[in-house]
Amino acid sequence: MRKYHALIPFVILASLLLVVALFAPAIAPLDPYAQDLSVALLPPDDTYLLGTDRYGRDVLSRVIVGSRTTLGASLALLIVISVGGTLIGAVAGYRGGKIDTALMRLSDVALAFPAMVFAIAVAGVLGGGLVSAAVAIALISWPKYARLARGLVLQMRSMPYLAAARFAGRSETEILIYHVMPNIAAPIIVTATAHLGTLIMEMAGLSFLGLGAMPPTAEWGAMMNNGRSLLQTSPWVILSPGIAIFIAVSIFNMLGDKLRDVFDTHLNE
Amino acid sequence: MIEGIGLRKYIAGRLVGLFFVLLGVTFFTFFMMQFAADDAVDKMYDDRGAVSEELKAERRHELGLDRPFFVQYGTWLMGLASGDMGKSFISGKDVFETFIEKLPQTIWLMAVSILMTLTVSLPLGIISAVKRDESIDYIIRFFSFIGNSLPNFFTALLLIYFLALKMNLLPIMGNSENMRSVILPALTLAIAMGAKYTRQMRTAILEEMNKPYVAGARSRGVAESTILFKSVLRSSLVPLITLLALSIGSLLGGTAIVETIFMWDGVGKMAVDAIIMRDYPIIQAYVVWMSIIYVVVNLIADIMCDYFDPRAEIYNGGGSAP
Repeated sequence: MRKYHALIPFVILASLLLVVALFAPAIAPLDPYAQDLSVALLPPDDTYLLGTDRYGRDVLSRVIVGSRTTLGASLALLIVISVGGTLIGAVAGYRGGKIDTALMRLSDVALAFPAMVFAIAVAGVLGGGLVSAAVAIALISWPKYARLARGLVLQMRSMPYLAAARFAGRSETEILIYHVMPNIAAPIIVTATAHLGTLIMEMAGLSFLGLGAMPPTAEWGAMMNNGRSLLQTSPWVILSPGIAIFIAVSIFNMLGDKLRDVFDTHLNE
Repeated sequence: MIEGIGLRKYIAGRLVGLFFVLLGVTFFTFFMMQFAADDAVDKMYDDRGAVSEELKAERRHELGLDRPFFVQYGTWLMGLASGDMGKSFISGKDVFETFIEKLPQTIWLMAVSILMTLTVSLPLGIISAVKRDESIDYIIRFFSFIGNSLPNFFTALLLIYFLALKMNLLPIMGNSENMRSVILPALTLAIAMGAKYTRQMRTAILEEMNKPYVAGARSRGVAESTILFKSVLRSSLVPLITLLALSIGSLLGGTAIVETIFMWDGVGKMAVDAIIMRDYPIIQAYVVWMSIIYVVVNLIADIMCDYFDPRAEIYNGGGSAP
């Protein structure tokens, strides 16, 4: 059990981030959407701890509420693609034959697009917005999970306990859900955790290009985009959400790294 | 090493696979654009006041937007093969010409950033692996972790803020006349990539160092530096080729964001501008050609790896063929 101790600080940090995102409106000291031009572009002071943006909105409150948009959207996206991709891969690996070939060719095509090139084009064509950005990233990210799940299922397809379950009268669908899925969950979860940092950067990147969250929504990438011309005069408008992205990505990357370390040693034993 | 016929057969197989992948890529790209294509004509007349529906319909007919889907796809595919991808909805210029005109700028930017990445990350990766768990290793790993967690648009803005605005060291806006203007955008791309390569290089060397032949060489009294440079590094470079080919993909995507920030006149900025203007022919050309470049580069890298790596078993399909 001791090796799991290494995970604890990172789990705590990640949970803290998610708690902030969950209770963002209650935590934010000021209204993130209240405009007051008389206090526009103030540098950080006692009232506005991270300064104000060009509409006089409190940057700290926007960063806190923005965590909800950025982290919430990335996490929701992660769950959809990891579950969806895993199901596709598991079915392909378990059924084999034509379904397998068709699904794998489809994943070849999805993998042939450079990820962000494709995401930018799809998000642009769908007309921007968080949902379009998420759809764009989902369309190219699922093969990662499909291929992993397929490989894992192929490894265990000939295991005796699956035959035993079949003799016991379980249907193929039941076997897939009750016996195959639980056994491939761990590596999938490790991969998904390590993937979250990248997803946050991609979602924020699309918003930065104006293809994700739309104003006035508080979202980290979009906040940085709106403040781009203020870099020289009011750098706090850009640096604050930028550092927020960096911290969130760092925490999830560290958690992913540690999780992989712990589970890899587990597999080697 | 693969002998003549086996290799030729293998490459032929991969080329057939490539053909189907590209068919899928072009089909999907075309389908995607059709999905939203109707308001392209509306967009064209957006700023010209009220225009009659008849005129719009006429314009759609002119552009071939009213023909059945598969006819349009077929026509477009034939055009693609002959380098004719239509005219830009906005500028009216030939799409393929516009693309080819801007491509060298992007390739130049990518080449400089790959060069920067390799010159920094190879030595750092080697030092980090050789001095494992010493303070220098921790420092290198710390910085590569930071580089890995910075999104490129934030890196770009940080570099602009500190190097260009605060210290006045480098120009911000990019153009080909000024050689120094490539430094900031290339550095932006190189930081994330260098961080990844340093880690990969370290892992690859450490894995190789654990192999029995290294212990064998050590026990025979072969100098540590000879083992490192003659054997370990050589085999560690094979995964590096694959990684390099794969990172062309993220590099191609990264140039879109970085070129936009630095006003670098390459295909990435062209694509982002085209998306804002809903200039579909340009977006199509961009997605299709970027994917073709990416897939072909990966195919070449795969073949190179299989060719140089005696362990790859491509005869029985166990190699890196998907």
